[in-house]
Amino acid sequence: MKYVDEFRDPTMIARAFEEIRTLADPARHYRIMEVCGGHTHAIFRFGLKDLLPPNVELIHGPGCPVCVLPMGRIDDGLELAGDPHVIFTAFGDMMRVPGSQGSPLESKARGADVRIVYSPLDALKIAEANPDRQVVFFAIGFETTAPSTALTLLKARANRVRNFAVFCNHVTIIPAIRAILDSPDMRLDGFIGPGHVSTVIGCRPYEFIVRDYGCPIAVSGFEPLDILQSLVMVLRQLRDGIAKVENQYARVVPWEGNLAALRVLAEVFEVRAHFEWRGMGFISHSALRLRGEFAEWDAERTLPIRGVCVADPKAAQCGEVLKGVLKPHQCKLFGKECTPEQPIGALMVSPEGACAAHFKYRGAPQLVTLG
Amino acid sequence: MCLAIPAQISRLPADDDPLATTDIMGVRRRVNIDLLDADPPELGDWVLVHVGFALSKISAEQADEQLRLLSLLGEASAAQEEVEGYDCGDGE
Ligand code: SF4
Repeated sequence: MKYVDEFRDPTMIARAFEEIRTLADPARHYRIMEVCGGHTHAIFRFGLKDLLPPNVELIHGPGCPVCVLPMGRIDDGLELAGDPHVIFTAFGDMMRVPGSQGSPLESKARGADVRIVYSPLDALKIAEANPDRQVVFFAIGFETTAPSTALTLLKARANRVRNFAVFCNHVTIIPAIRAILDSPDMRLDGFIGPGHVSTVIGCRPYEFIVRDYGCPIAVSGFEPLDILQSLVMVLRQLRDGIAKVENQYARVVPWEGNLAALRVLAEVFEVRAHFEWRGMGFISHSALRLRGEFAEWDAERTLPIRGVCVADPKAAQCGEVLKGVLKPHQCKLFGKECTPEQPIGALMVSPEGACAAHFKYRGAPQLVTLG
Repeated sequence: MCLAIPAQISRLPADDDPLATTDIMGVRRRVNIDLLDADPPELGDWVLVHVGFALSKISAEQADEQLRLLSLLGEASAAQEEVEGYDCGDGE
């Protein structure tokens, strides 16, 4: 496998920066949120924000599924894992995320049967191979991963696997964006829309941003040139005083999304009345739960889950960072009590988390340079 | 879990089986293609895989770009670990 260690079209990157400088009115300050944690990671990694004009500010959004999960849900999951009858399965990204009694990895060290899976299908396979144990899959993620959980549940039903349960923590991105737009301490001028989530939901669900809030949005790919072109799209709309949904990532994202994925989501899940997000409180209709037809496989219906609410450690400011109100380094714990080795908040664990990305790449040589 | 990993279809599934065999990060793995029902991939096509499920068809050029991006973001080894970890069969 060969990797070419250079960017697509460096001259086009330089041209995009030039265009951004021309479009940005020096008399204005632009606050543009990149919703997706993958974009946050790329922006830090490529050093893009340091090359933008100082009045074009990128605000990191809530689109990192590991980061937005409140501690209570992790504690609930790990309480299940503590039962010797249970095999607790989760994606690797979850393993180091701290709950109030430690992370899944620490639970494992204390003797719980905690296993990493890379696909929900593998969790189902573990259940089929261990009929005398209860297998719990800790499902997390936005609309990108939720269809996989849905198809796995359909397979569990078809194969009549009774010892498999999903602890559903799937969240949906649109209500989170609305909550941020409604929050009084936040003023945004536009959005860089998430790329992979949009392969599922398409571009239409963002129309409310344009209609109700007058904000431009460009759904974006993840390469430096993609992100810069999306910024150009947003700034051009702002210059022209218009707002619409643009699709910069049309080579992967269909405008209508993935209808098969939307169909299985609707078949297996229903929207929760409300769900708690880390540091952002309860957001209405912002998460999914299993429909009644799948009650047998729903850990929240068949297994003892207390549904605890656990506040973040007092000094931690994960919520402010997730909402974009604070920059990662403005958290009092950043780089001191909270580091990737000793994370206090989940934002310091995942590469998509703003704090981890900022910590890792601060002072690192920039990958994108202008000449 | 947030990684989108390009895979090339090397064998199509038999009837009713949702798992196609793919070459993915130099490994042979079966991935679920149920979500591509509307426009099923053909032999040699490229798809983007999330947690063992193909979510979109992409061009060979786009597959190349995605591999390069994973490597630039320092996520190539995580992606490799993920596909090595897929346990749903190696297609044999
Ligand atoms: S530095 Fe740590 S505690 Fe502070 S916001 Fe980031 S993850 Fe949360």
